[in-house]
Amino acid sequence: MSMTEATDLADLPLDELIACPQCDALYRARMPAMGSRAVCKRCHTVLIAPKTNAYLHLIVLSLTVVVLMVGAVTFPFLGVNVAGFSNKASVVDTALTFMDGGWMVALSMFVVAFIILIPLFRALLVLYVVAPLTLGRRPFLGARRAFGWSEDLRPWSMAEIFIIGCAVALVKVADLAKVEFGPAFFMFAALVVITVLQDINMDRWSIWKALEETS
Amino acid sequence: MEGAGRDIVSARSEGLVACRRCTRVWPMGQRSCARCGAPLASRDWGSLQRVWAWLTVGIICYIPANLFPMLRTQVLFDESEDTIIQGAVELATHGNLAIAAIILIASVAIPVGKFIAIGYLAISVARPERLRPKQRHKLYHIVEFIGRWSMIDVFVVAILSALVQLNFAASIRPGPAAITFALSVIFTMFAAISFDPRMIWDNGGRGPHKS
Repeated sequence: MSMTEATDLADLPLDELIACPQCDALYRARMPAMGSRAVCKRCHTVLIAPKTNAYLHLIVLSLTVVVLMVGAVTFPFLGVNVAGFSNKASVVDTALTFMDGGWMVALSMFVVAFIILIPLFRALLVLYVVAPLTLGRRPFLGARRAFGWSEDLRPWSMAEIFIIGCAVALVKVADLAKVEFGPAFFMFAALVVITVLQDINMDRWSIWKALEETS
Repeated sequence: MEGAGRDIVSARSEGLVACRRCTRVWPMGQRSCARCGAPLASRDWGSLQRVWAWLTVGIICYIPANLFPMLRTQVLFDESEDTIIQGAVELATHGNLAIAAIILIASVAIPVGKFIAIGYLAISVARPERLRPKQRHKLYHIVEFIGRWSMIDVFVVAILSALVQLNFAASIRPGPAAITFALSVIFTMFAAISFDPRMIWDNGGRGPHKS
């Protein structure tokens, strides 16, 4: 770690600099060793975190998320039965539970987006962006815009909150009825874990850099 | 990362404007990032107004969210309506203290704490404050990270309403508070996203000068 004078930074070409998106601290962008992370000294935001085979992992995990999401919306999710009455609900039923009418319909639209559409769309966007990079090809048309969308949508992907919501709901229901778990429940739980790990580990800087250099 | 040692300089003080989406820097005055396409602003002067606007509608939506029922439960011939707090109290009296605590934290403590924290952050960029920039930034991080988790109660209502449809034995339907609560969470997320945390650090924590 050398003590570069502040004026030196201004002399560098702009594409060798990196500014912390959270606190605007300016650094010279240096790729740290594989597996280690460059962190903002002032606010500790992770700036660069290269991994070996990062693109391949991203592709495999994103594909897994897509497959699991398709499974999670098709297979039975949860079921209850009490005193001879039983009911099953799929993930889609759960999301569309507010479709009774009026303003509540809007809430169903939000829930469908937060727990199904946005997580799925983000996985597809990452595939679209990263697949050509893995093969060393030029990025597809609009790859930068696609990655930008994926980043902007990040806070609105709420699959992990939904699965914790399931845990809370099931404790409430357990008093009332017997609960059955369908295959979709486990698929959804798995896709939550993958999505969260992927978001934590993704090295955004490397992807932006690759998109800039190859297109 | 090679930087300025102990004296950290900001992109703004070097006459550069940084992209908050992809961390690329550009000469001051450039309008949009040539790498990722995001609009550029060295300091987002409109951000505080947007923060206050979103925060205000968020707080307004939170009031009916607590006054109207969140859940309508019918067990045999017994029908009851619970607001968020009544639902948590009922869980606690049935012995589910941990679940009652989760609901109270996610639906009351986090939203109310978030209103206060965002308001404080917005006020504190305009004038010197007791909390150091580092602490204020940490507060911002917590608000941004934890705010989404308030949505948990909306999902609980969705799951219960979809699942518990057992003819006259038991049924649960959502109440009007579900939508106003969800809107409150969404609006305060917009308030947190609108806030420009770079302002916390300007001039050693005394806030940015215009010009």
